[in-house]
Amino acid sequence: MAVRVQAEDFDVGRETSALTAGRTDIGAIVTFTGTVRGEAKGRPLASMTLEHYPGMTEAELERVEAEAHARWPLDASLIIHRYGELKPGDNIVLVIAASRHRHAAFEAAAYLMDYLKSRAPFWKKETALDGTGHWVDARETDEAALARWEGFGTRDA
Amino acid sequence: MKLLYFAWIRERIGRGGETLEVPAEVATIADLLAWLKARGPEYGEAFARPDLVRAAINQTHVKADAPIAGAREIAFFPPVTGG
Repeated sequence: MAVRVQAEDFDVGRETSALTAGRTDIGAIVTFTGTVRGEAKGRPLASMTLEHYPGMTEAELERVEAEAHARWPLDASLIIHRYGELKPGDNIVLVIAASRHRHAAFEAAAYLMDYLKSRAPFWKKETALDGTGHWVDARETDEAALARWEGFGTRDA
Repeated sequence: MKLLYFAWIRERIGRGGETLEVPAEVATIADLLAWLKARGPEYGEAFARPDLVRAAINQTHVKADAPIAGAREIAFFPPVTGG
């Protein structure tokens, strides 16, 4: 279990190898990478800046990760989330869930993303090509996505 | 009491945080929001839509009716948009 909040980029392959190095009990590794889209509402984007709440961000990510471990038999996990100014195509977030079997890994990775999107204190500001800034609105669909996890996930998955 | 502001709430108030003496009758997050709103037009603008304001006490999400007594750090921010 690990959580990192950083300005620097990450390498998915390197992080996956490091997480599972020397492990022969793991049979399934699911990774999710979120990246910056180059347009917003049909308009090209110059950059996206992520603000966060140092301290609380790490604490929330750790709570979300612990909850996933309580629901699924995960053998390893990692959450990396970047902050600062990012360009279109840049990595934003990485989630890795590893388990003996694929169902737990798939489900836990999706759960981690749904929960971190609605709980971790990050705020995105988009900057258009003309330099104007716009704070991204929270999506109700993100909140609704949590409902499908009610009673979902068991240690036997 | 240490207060922190993030994203467009920070921009509208014009600072990322401040330490304020909060009167004893300000008992909950909702009370604190109302008290801050009366401090000036920048606060009025930042908190014009209470439905778009979220709060944390000591770095844990709380609801508007949460008591603030003994809080070390209170943060106000818009709904989060990470991931």
